Amino acid sequence: MKTPLPALRPTPTHDPAWQGRLFWMLAIAVVLWPLGVATEFKPWVLLEPDNLKVTRQFLGTFFPLAYDAEFLVMVARETWRTVAMATAGVTLALVVAIPLTLINVRVLSVSALSGRMARGPFWLRQGVRWLLIVLRSIPELVWALVFVRVVGLGPTAGVLAIALTYGGMLGKVYGEILESGETHATETLLRNGSSRLQAFFYGLLPTNAAELTSYTVYRWECAIRSSVVLGFVGAGGLGQQLDNSMKMFNGGEVASMLLVFIALVALADKVSAWLRKALG
Amino acid sequence: MKLELRLVSARHPAARPGASPAIRDLGLQVGVGEHVAVIGPSGAGKTTLLQVLACALPPSAGDLTIDGQHPWQLPRHVLQRLRGRLFLAPQVPPLPPRQRVVTAVLAGRLPAMGLWQSLRSLFYPADIPAAFDALDRFDLADKLFERVDRLSGGERQRVGLARALLSPASLWLIDEPLSALDPTRSRQAIGTLVNTARERGATLVATLHQVDVALAHFPRIIGLREGQLAFDLPSAEVTRERLAALYDQFEHELRGEVPAPPSITEPSTPEPVVMHCR
Amino acid sequence: MTKPRAANEPYRLPPPLFDARCKACWFTLGIVVLVVASFWSLDLQWGQFLSLEAMRSMGRFVAEFFPPDTTPEFMHKVAIGAWETLAMSALGTGLAAVAGLALALPASRLYEGHAARARSLTRLILNALRSIPELVWAALLLISAGLGPFAGTLALALHTTGVLGRLFAEAIENAPPGPGTALRAHGVGNGRVFLYATLPQVLPQLMSYTLYRWENNIRAAAVLGVVGAGGLGQLLAFHMGLFQMNKTATILGAMLIMVAVVDASSHGARRWLTR
Repeated sequence: MKTPLPALRPTPTHDPAWQGRLFWMLAIAVVLWPLGVATEFKPWVLLEPDNLKVTRQFLGTFFPLAYDAEFLVMVARETWRTVAMATAGVTLALVVAIPLTLINVRVLSVSALSGRMARGPFWLRQGVRWLLIVLRSIPELVWALVFVRVVGLGPTAGVLAIALTYGGMLGKVYGEILESGETHATETLLRNGSSRLQAFFYGLLPTNAAELTSYTVYRWECAIRSSVVLGFVGAGGLGQQLDNSMKMFNGGEVASMLLVFIALVALADKVSAWLRKALG
Repeated sequence: MKLELRLVSARHPAARPGASPAIRDLGLQVGVGEHVAVIGPSGAGKTTLLQVLACALPPSAGDLTIDGQHPWQLPRHVLQRLRGRLFLAPQVPPLPPRQRVVTAVLAGRLPAMGLWQSLRSLFYPADIPAAFDALDRFDLADKLFERVDRLSGGERQRVGLARALLSPASLWLIDEPLSALDPTRSRQAIGTLVNTARERGATLVATLHQVDVALAHFPRIIGLREGQLAFDLPSAEVTRERLAALYDQFEHELRGEVPAPPSITEPSTPEPVVMHCR
Repeated sequence: MTKPRAANEPYRLPPPLFDARCKACWFTLGIVVLVVASFWSLDLQWGQFLSLEAMRSMGRFVAEFFPPDTTPEFMHKVAIGAWETLAMSALGTGLAAVAGLALALPASRLYEGHAARARSLTRLILNALRSIPELVWAALLLISAGLGPFAGTLALALHTTGVLGRLFAEAIENAPPGPGTALRAHGVGNGRVFLYATLPQVLPQLMSYTLYRWENNIRAAAVLGVVGAGGLGQLLAFHMGLFQMNKTATILGAMLIMVAVVDASSHGARRWLTR
């Protein structure tokens, strides 16, 4: 049964949220225009006759895929070098990240046991945090460019670049994992007088080992992709071969290597997922 | 719409293969424009019955006819159109949490709206006066432009019922419409449903835990117990003895201690999984 | 006759270091083998890196970075490059969100029992798109699109479509099914069920993923220019090639500032969305 009289409650006829929505749609359109100009976004350029001819020629060389024995041996070797570069890079990243994490983690702070952290340890932790941010924010390609100047072309530059950048990333995430996990056991150990390293090995590490390992394995998979990218600036491996083949417009080789790369990434993905599931 | 069930059995969709069916050998006939209340203790199969009637659950045995047709033997698009003519209101209001009430209510009209109009209605609701009128009948008119997750459980349930008023259906299947409402609002809600169904000549089948409300508003009562038909009588002939036999060992439900409805709180959206290489 | 008792009963011996039945042992062994093989097979020039002379030349190299070049004309060029990079990342991420959503629909199972015939094929396409890093896409697209930020934007868009498409599909599959089931019981088709029931529920999550991805893309956009795709990366490669280290330092500083700005904006926008 209708309770109020129609006169007391006028029926609304338009939507109050409409103005807001219209505003946002126009705002997005207004912002899109200069973005398109700045990026020289002209999709029709792809369809210009010259570009189309070059594209068609390049795509034409994709088939037949290169599969002669010498080429395949080279691809296998370079794929191994890429994986090796990633593995060595992540190992060194651990060497960088673990000490920084141990210093950075608030849970292991002895001075914080009784309330506020003392000034010295606090600023030390802030310093380490900033160091990790700097290590993380500079893209690994830039590190690689710098190192190529210093140590020359080759995998050393790539390994070092991955070590520094991934060290920063691992340091940050390890810190997050350790601080957001169960800290009660570690705190108790510290309160009962054990040293920081003891508290780490007996408290923090057993609690979070599975998650830490799982994340490291996931990072290793990302490092494989990074090492291919670093090959483009001279760090060797599959990336460098890809760069060479592209410069020579040899589509067949490019296509084969891309397929091998996609298969490698899929394999690493599966291995990483299986390992992470096995770790629980 | 005319409904007919003959020896219908149906399994709960998530049941194990060897489990007993939720309703067994049910036979039932509902004529056009009839109002029927289905009562019974928990686990009697009331929700399963509604789902079978709504062509949402195929019966594992037996024969279902709607308006003389066998819905599960029809081609898919004809079945879809048939579904547009019936309306099923689940016990937990099926409202997306961050949607506004006006859009959620107007979604009841989707079978009658063309594609272009549906899309336009997302940006600007197509028939605000109709939504306002439907909500007003449940005393919710001032919540027209609110977000669903800012309403209380009882208000959300009434919005779910208001959808029925906007749908083009001639068969209303309502599951526990009053589980989250207090007595005053329950009376108003069931009154609105029954009166509107009568105005439109729609067939109304509702499951209820509140036996007194069922007896007061519905001319015909069906009792279910353990998946089987206990009785199918005009409400005047439903005696206390019959009710006691129906709710044997579930007397607390008869007394009005309704079991808590499944929680109407939305499950929290899962945290975004960090699967980026950054 | 009593059997002689061993000095250490078997159950008192320490557990063997390597137990053939223990999975974790095999795992650790595998990792050790992999790491050793990696270091051994790569001819890493440790000597060259760690020798005193190398240290000194690195020191000199680093010293060349300071002071960074802050002349107005160069800052103007850097600002233009930064704007180009920002535009590349924003437009590329935006395009990828739209394309990713379009591909996420065929790639997800919309409800229990949905046939979803195109699911495997679409997921394969999305995986291929996201396996290839942005830089490789950029190098490929330069051939068709020419030098400049257009190739970079498209490269970012293609790679990010693969990433976002998969994340969106997972979000759609994990959305609470209640509202969709009710509409489907009412005879509404899949497309409108998605628009009226699923999308309102997952939209905040989708936007959160997109904004999070923008943070990654600004870093990627900054370096795409190294292969010629415009923005700060192109300036960086140019000036590094000419050994103009103080200009390089300015560019690196601009990169860091932009990354910080985008990180903060994305974080703030994500907080505002979930208020």
